[in-house]
Amino acid sequence: MSKRRSLTEAQCVSLAQKLLRERLCHQKLPDRPLALDSQYKHLLELLRRTAVHGESNSVLIVGPRGSGKTMLLGCVLRELMSLKEAQKNVLLVELNGLLQTDDKIALKEITRQLHLENVVGDKVFGSFAENLAFLLEALKKGDKSSSRPVVFVLDEFDLFAHHKNQTLLYNLLDVSQSAQTPVAVLGLTCRLDVLELLEKRVKSRFSHRQIHLFSSLSFAQYVDAVRAQLSLPPDFPDPKFSDAWNHSVTVHTQHTSRSVFTNKSYTQSLFLTSFSVRVSVSHSTLHEADLLEASRLISADSKAIILHGLSILELCLIIAMKHLNDTYDGEPFNFQMVHNEFKKFIQRKSHSIHKFEKPVVMKAFEHLLQLELVRPVDSGVCKVQREYQLMRLMLEHGQVMEALQRYPQCPTDVKQWALSAFA
Amino acid sequence: MSRYITRLRMRRTYKWNGRPVGEDRKLKRQYYESMSISVEGKTEDATVSLGQYILIEGDDDDNPFVAQLLKLYTDDSGKKKTAVLQWFVRMCEVPQNKRKLLGRDPHPQEIFFYQDRSCDNEVDGETILGAVQIEYVPVQDPFPVGKSRDILFVKLLWDTKSFRALDPELMQPSQSPKSPPPSSRGPQTRALPTPDPSVMKRAMSGILTRGSMSTGKMSSSEAESLHSASKLSAAKALSAKRRSQAVSGPQVRKKLDLCSPSKNMSRDDVLGELLDERSEKTLTSKLNTSPTGRISISIRLTPLNLNKEECVSPLSSHSPDKPRMTAHDKDDAASVFLGVQPIEDDDPEPLINTGRTPRKREATPRRAGLRGLKARTPSRRKDSAALREPALAALAEEEHEDSPINTAATSRSKRKSAQLVSSRIKKQLNLLGNKIGLQSDGEDGDDDDCFIPSKIDLQSSSDEEEEAKIDSEDELIVKKHRGSGTSRSTEKTRVSARTPRKTPSKKTAPATPRTPRHATPSIPSRTAPARKPGNVLEEARARLHVSSVPESLPCREQEFQDIYNFVESKVIDGTGGCMYISGVPGTGKTATVHEVIRSLQQSAEQDEIPHFRFIEINGMKMTDPHQAYVQILQKLTDQKATPDHAAALLEKRFSAPAPKKETVVLLVDELDLLWTRKQNVMYNLFDWPTRRNARLVVLTIANTMDLPERIMINRVASRLGLTRMSFQPYTFKQLQQIITSRLNRVKAFEEDALQLVSRKVAALSGDARRCLDICRRATEICEHSGSQKNSSGLVGMSHVMEALDEMFSSSYISAIRCASVQEQLFLRAVIAEFRRLGLEEATFQQVFVQHQALCRVEGLQPANVSEGLTVCQRLGSCRLLLLEGSRLDLFLRIRLNVSQDDVLYALKAD
Repeated sequence: MSKRRSLTEAQCVSLAQKLLRERLCHQKLPDRPLALDSQYKHLLELLRRTAVHGESNSVLIVGPRGSGKTMLLGCVLRELMSLKEAQKNVLLVELNGLLQTDDKIALKEITRQLHLENVVGDKVFGSFAENLAFLLEALKKGDKSSSRPVVFVLDEFDLFAHHKNQTLLYNLLDVSQSAQTPVAVLGLTCRLDVLELLEKRVKSRFSHRQIHLFSSLSFAQYVDAVRAQLSLPPDFPDPKFSDAWNHSVTVHTQHTSRSVFTNKSYTQSLFLTSFSVRVSVSHSTLHEADLLEASRLISADSKAIILHGLSILELCLIIAMKHLNDTYDGEPFNFQMVHNEFKKFIQRKSHSIHKFEKPVVMKAFEHLLQLELVRPVDSGVCKVQREYQLMRLMLEHGQVMEALQRYPQCPTDVKQWALSAFA
Repeated sequence: MSRYITRLRMRRTYKWNGRPVGEDRKLKRQYYESMSISVEGKTEDATVSLGQYILIEGDDDDNPFVAQLLKLYTDDSGKKKTAVLQWFVRMCEVPQNKRKLLGRDPHPQEIFFYQDRSCDNEVDGETILGAVQIEYVPVQDPFPVGKSRDILFVKLLWDTKSFRALDPELMQPSQSPKSPPPSSRGPQTRALPTPDPSVMKRAMSGILTRGSMSTGKMSSSEAESLHSASKLSAAKALSAKRRSQAVSGPQVRKKLDLCSPSKNMSRDDVLGELLDERSEKTLTSKLNTSPTGRISISIRLTPLNLNKEECVSPLSSHSPDKPRMTAHDKDDAASVFLGVQPIEDDDPEPLINTGRTPRKREATPRRAGLRGLKARTPSRRKDSAALREPALAALAEEEHEDSPINTAATSRSKRKSAQLVSSRIKKQLNLLGNKIGLQSDGEDGDDDDCFIPSKIDLQSSSDEEEEAKIDSEDELIVKKHRGSGTSRSTEKTRVSARTPRKTPSKKTAPATPRTPRHATPSIPSRTAPARKPGNVLEEARARLHVSSVPESLPCREQEFQDIYNFVESKVIDGTGGCMYISGVPGTGKTATVHEVIRSLQQSAEQDEIPHFRFIEINGMKMTDPHQAYVQILQKLTDQKATPDHAAALLEKRFSAPAPKKETVVLLVDELDLLWTRKQNVMYNLFDWPTRRNARLVVLTIANTMDLPERIMINRVASRLGLTRMSFQPYTFKQLQQIITSRLNRVKAFEEDALQLVSRKVAALSGDARRCLDICRRATEICEHSGSQKNSSGLVGMSHVMEALDEMFSSSYISAIRCASVQEQLFLRAVIAEFRRLGLEEATFQQVFVQHQALCRVEGLQPANVSEGLTVCQRLGSCRLLLLEGSRLDLFLRIRLNVSQDDVLYALKAD
């Protein structure tokens, strides 16, 4: 290998970082969706028929979050647009239920994306009713063979079902069931019961095609997938670096991905993000420790972390509440009860714990309230005095104990108190 | 042409003129020759006589019906006045689908001789609005240009099937030989009580003298010539050009005259208003005597056609206090007011000018309402301009000032130079106004003294005047898209032509682009045509698509017949009625109605039944129930209006007695969406058909059979009536038949497969759409799988089963199977907790405890709370679990959205 072609280590690292970030953060579409071949074919065939034959269709892509719905659609559309016949013909309209929160906005957006004639610049003119009439008229005028097919992508499809009267869905699906402009209505949703949300006439107009995306990967496949995501491509400029990298990936992923697999969400990307960032010059290959650290970060319990930052007094109050919970089997308590419990403890162990005035304890209690570690039972403003307002502890038994274990320089008395069965 | 509206609102009284000219003993009828129409609030009468062209009150205010009056008679009681007519139709009255037959764009003022035996040609005499001008144009000739907008042209004959050349003979009414040919000048003149040539002459001369004085062209008014010189030169140049355009001679004269009456109406209206407010007694007395009808613009055209010298003479005979003034006098006065008085013979295009006046008036009623008495009629504007002069108003001068503006404003595009002129004149006037005013005063005194008392508000400045113009222009723009088809285009061009002039002044050039009102809704067409289906399966798929319209609708023969009979009988009888059609989705309700309409239209085409209009609205395709009015109106008349206005117009249309009205068949789909709290939309829809003259058939469609009982209040339900029909869900045999008929001998399915699909669907819903969709999906599956192995290439049982599975099987089980280990454990924990509690609900905290225990059993690292909550939320977002808001954290309550058995089944099979 000639010297000038080999890059410095720093360049390699930054290049690798860039590649991985693109994959993981920018949602770069993979060449081919993994393990979704049949769905891919089905969807592509469907859209191809709309594009080429002018056949109207409607389909729902259903799968849990992170199962690759958008990725699948992206791949299909990419392939569709690479077809010569479709490229110039297909009009694409993308809507998102989180952005187009009602039909009025959605209609304007459709009109804008279709560049209909009532659009000037980026503005859509006319009232809601006019827009609707205009769009319907436009779609009605088209016919199967001569007008350009329109692909409607409705992300978060279930949210569209909450629009008033489901006007938009009815009309889109009605167009797809009548001899008008060919349309393909693609809905993306994670709700399995989405059909039940549709009104009966809307439902009848929907073709009931559903493409389900469930990740049915075995552990081995899963590891392979993770590896494929992490490995550097063969055309990486410095083969020595990429070999070393890929090797470390192969070795380490085996061990660490087990715990992630049990959750099996594509939150892997999060997990991966966190460690790919840690790759640096001093640290040029992947270490197991990195993976472990990243997984620890991801699976960390947020409340336990808050507990670490509490003062001893606050911790004591939490323990008192825990005891109250144990004694009364999860019934709500009030400040006075907590204070009494705390006082009892202080009386027993007066030598080790400083004695606090009641207002100070109250202050600590309010701080816990602010952190939402404690919550009032009825959130409404009640006339009950602060001390007697009923509260609940928002912590699990285990969380408290774990926090105590990890708490730096926790007095043994306090620990013992927490562990003792009796308050 | 909304000027008719104001006329309509007024009460009109009809009287016979003269004695009956004939009597039919047998029928007990007395025939008359003419009738006079007096309008309440107006002092003048209009007269219509036999052979004349008249406007008949119709359902469209902007376009009243046009007809020629053939006979007028009364029955023996003498109460009821009846008119026998020869109808003319406007393009907008020709059925939409036939308009293409014309083969060219109709002229906006074009009407057609209407020849239809079936059409009732007798109308109530009290629906006559007034007279109108019609001119016959030979077929090969182009339409005359530059004529008033109020003249209508007849070129062709419309016999409900085609347009044919019109024999001019037909225009001569055969029934009433007394009335002379309408296109000649005769009848109009004769119809008038007064217009004899001498009076006309007098009137003309009056104007001319005055005009001449003002410009100093004829007489020697030095003062005038002083200032008008500059303008004059420009005006002269213009007029010269114009004169070359307008052919002089008897024919022109005739044409010009033709346009007069309608023009006059508007003028008179203006005048009437002026008079009301100013209570100008002398003038009123004059007007009292003058009839509405024919008053004659002829005066206005005199400068063009007549020799000036000839007309000057009889001025002396024309004195303002002469008790019985002629129409011409009145017109003279009117022209004084209106300021459309031509600058002597410089008036460039009287026709354009006349065309313009009513338009100005159009803005008037509104304006008047807005600003009280400061009405924006052009005359008033001019008026106030006149009053601006501190001394006695120099009317002539003002006219100078205004007339170029007026004329310039009319055809801006043609005369750019006139703009310059007018602005220059304006400036000049401001300087010279005083002096000239004083000088011209004495001379114009006798003519102008009517102005002196009217000098009320001196504060109106030229600025305001300008603004007013712009205002009215804005209004015109607003009006523009209200206006119906024909008039809109002309108005538009006019407005757009006008705008440039105003641009420098203010606000007519908005920064934001205007709404593209005339945007045509369309989807761009594709570059390459869509591919045709290639093989049997593709062919079958295309045929099975719900959208493909079948040759016939099988299995709905009975329903088809019922609806057909209902609609047909109503159309033939010319009555109205309601029908309510119910049925679950996908049972062919809308399709059947469309089929009925199609075949009815075919038989209308073949003249077996009368023609009718079909209008369709859909409750789901509108944003608000009240939009129904807007849509109906738009489909009926192409007008746009607000819901309230549309409701009023429709109300009027369906309740007014209008002759030769087509039956309207209205299909209201998804009726339940038109429900409002007061139910007035539904009420109206069902109430209109019950009107005597409505000729409206309403077919309503909804899903539930008992909709009338459930959501309608009594008065609505009662109007809907009891003509109901319910579409039963298809049985499996029907479904099978539907598929077979759709496939139409394309052999793509095995017989058993079809039966399976139809039985399955019939058992579930009886929805034909579902059935077709499943078959379509089955062909796809067959195409994919069948290519490699398999024998027949037909869609078999297995394919259909697969398609059915895909569409009907619940995905919950596979979702659970594919869930992650933690998710499955969580579901198990949920069930365990439910069992422990004996309830179908648990809090997250409780389930979480179970979950951790299960993790330990399974040898997994127990998840912490955050992880557990994430798992829970993921299940919740798939709706395997039903969750409360995540704000509740540990205490959020969990329910299963699947049955426990399903969950256990799914987990066990794992």
